[in-house]
Amino acid sequence: MFNNFFHKMASPKYFYRIAGSLIPWLAGACLLFTLAGLYYGLYLAPPDYQQGESYRIMFIHVPAAWMSMFVYVVMAGAGAIGLVWRIKLAEIMVISSAPIGASFTFLALVSGSLWGKPMWGAWWVWDARLTAELILLFLYLGIIALHGAIEDRRTAARAVAILTLVGVINIPIIHFSVEWWNTLHQGPTVTRFDKPAIHISMLIPLLLMAVAFKLYYAFVVLMRARCELLERESNAGWVRELVESK
Amino acid sequence: MKCDSLTRAFTLLIRRDLILAMRHRAEMANPLLFFILVTSLFPLGIGANPNLLQAVGPGIIWVAALLAALLSLDSVFRSDFEDGTLEQYLLSSHPVSVLVLAKVLAHWLITGLPLLLVSPLLGVLLDLPAAGIKVLFVTLLLGTPVLSLIGSVCVALTVGLRKGGMILSLLVLPLYVPLLIFASSAVDTAAAGLPVTAHLSLIAALLVLALSLSPFATAAALRVSLS
Amino acid sequence: MRAIVIHLNGSRTPQVPVTQTQSCCLMAAGLECVRDDRVLFSDLAFRLEPGQALLLEGRNGSGKTSLLRILCGIRYPDAGTVSWNGSDIQRLGADYYQHTAYVGHRDGNKLDLTAQENLAMARALGRPGKVMPPAALEKVDLYGYEDVLTRNLSAGQQRRLALARLLVTDATLWILDEPFTSLDVHGIRIVEELLEAHTQAGGMLAVTSHHAVNLDRTTVQRINLSA
Repeated sequence: MFNNFFHKMASPKYFYRIAGSLIPWLAGACLLFTLAGLYYGLYLAPPDYQQGESYRIMFIHVPAAWMSMFVYVVMAGAGAIGLVWRIKLAEIMVISSAPIGASFTFLALVSGSLWGKPMWGAWWVWDARLTAELILLFLYLGIIALHGAIEDRRTAARAVAILTLVGVINIPIIHFSVEWWNTLHQGPTVTRFDKPAIHISMLIPLLLMAVAFKLYYAFVVLMRARCELLERESNAGWVRELVESK
Repeated sequence: MKCDSLTRAFTLLIRRDLILAMRHRAEMANPLLFFILVTSLFPLGIGANPNLLQAVGPGIIWVAALLAALLSLDSVFRSDFEDGTLEQYLLSSHPVSVLVLAKVLAHWLITGLPLLLVSPLLGVLLDLPAAGIKVLFVTLLLGTPVLSLIGSVCVALTVGLRKGGMILSLLVLPLYVPLLIFASSAVDTAAAGLPVTAHLSLIAALLVLALSLSPFATAAALRVSLS
Repeated sequence: MRAIVIHLNGSRTPQVPVTQTQSCCLMAAGLECVRDDRVLFSDLAFRLEPGQALLLEGRNGSGKTSLLRILCGIRYPDAGTVSWNGSDIQRLGADYYQHTAYVGHRDGNKLDLTAQENLAMARALGRPGKVMPPAALEKVDLYGYEDVLTRNLSAGQQRRLALARLLVTDATLWILDEPFTSLDVHGIRIVEELLEAHTQAGGMLAVTSHHAVNLDRTTVQRINLSA
């Protein structure tokens, strides 16, 4: 039954149709959440008593950092499904997600460094989390580079799935090691991003933005997957029908 | 009976790789020379102040070891891929992961072991105290197999590519970060006269993890690369 | 018929009851292969039984090699299945490879090993047969070359060495990609005799070749991929 469900969901034609009808809704919801989150975060939320206005970059930085992890975990899950059940669609999800994940990681790094300037007086500090983000970005870039280097699409997709799984085992280890390295080498100047308690007026916009980022990922990945699917299946009957009916 | 023939294939494969390496002795020395050369460049670049060298020595030696390992990685599967013997492993009646383990072990004996043996000498060059050199040796003993094991997965993914070298470094180096951190800080800590059991246990844990998982990943990656 | 029965007793594939399949066979159903968005072949089916040969014909780039690699399980078909004794070869894995021997268009010899060392490795990788490496070399007319480095053999001799691998393992199904490449008339005759002897003993063949293959005493199925 489990298998049946997967295979039905994974039928390219079915997926193409369902994804096509979901995208406008997801995009609309994303826009709503973004507007609400920005309004709440930039106007309604009070300035921080220590950091003043500059803390507001958190509403971009923190969701982006969350998403950079989230997307990788999704990729690893899809990669495992693709390798075990040989489902094309799962492979497509992996490679469609990679550039989005890389962008989120990049965004988290840039916003972190922008935030760091007023906080620490330097654009870059070897803070544990920023360092781990940087390594995560390298992992993403490796995945994208590998996919670009292998000509055969199917081979590329499966190679990338394996690499993602290897990476997902390593991410917790990398995080742990970087935290550990940080406590050994770091001076006392660094403040952690996570505050022990966050006020509700700041938490609400943060959560709104987090939901908006998730929705953004969802609709962009579906769009990318649809494109990739069309290119790959350009010989299949259903794509021909689709083209002819238009 | 079946187990017997598997052991036979395992040992024969290691022996075969060692014979091949012996017939190309000159190539064998290259990563080793690279390791020594890179390490000895640093004092020239940053100055030969003993205090400075002591502070950065462990990191330098370990980074040089990573780079030397990276340089030698391509040879794990490259020639086998080019002459078609790699296909024969995949079509063997033995589990590919076991054959892969034999290949990696042979690769470590050929490239990792010489690094290990020459490392005390480099420790002396960089003014590390005796305790630091001892721990450096242990970290390399536990760590260089990890380099080969993790590297084999990435090399298996890139073996079919004509220009796999640059991509290989992009894939491998981020995965080497934890090992670099644990190992160089172990040497640092030892040089400062503090106990390093925790560091060494962590490296040993990495070794166990890599040993148990990477042969399967490598086998899967080889299947993908050759398909 | 006797040969088949002997084979079934020796078969180690436990999943399939003998009565269901009647005889061991290689079966393909609905095979499709796509390369670079081009369909090379689709809905290809055949059934190969002991003593039979499958001859794949077609122009360059028509998918002969891809089909052979699918039959080896190196490449996944884009649709359809290949089964051995009724089980999917992808599921059987190493259990299937006990029964197969493959010589691709790359010889799969290590150039820096001697002829005998190459064969010893091949024997260890598969299920060892009764023929020992020296005897196998004699059969492909390489007697006296046991201890010569493969690098120093001529192209035709290297090809014959690759084909000698078929003899040292106890494989039923031989999968051969252009076995006659770079062989002279004499070499071609030797190999044809080997192939004929193999099918006569109840073996199976899957062969691609540009040359006309003379297998007079064997039932040959031809598949033309360009048609």
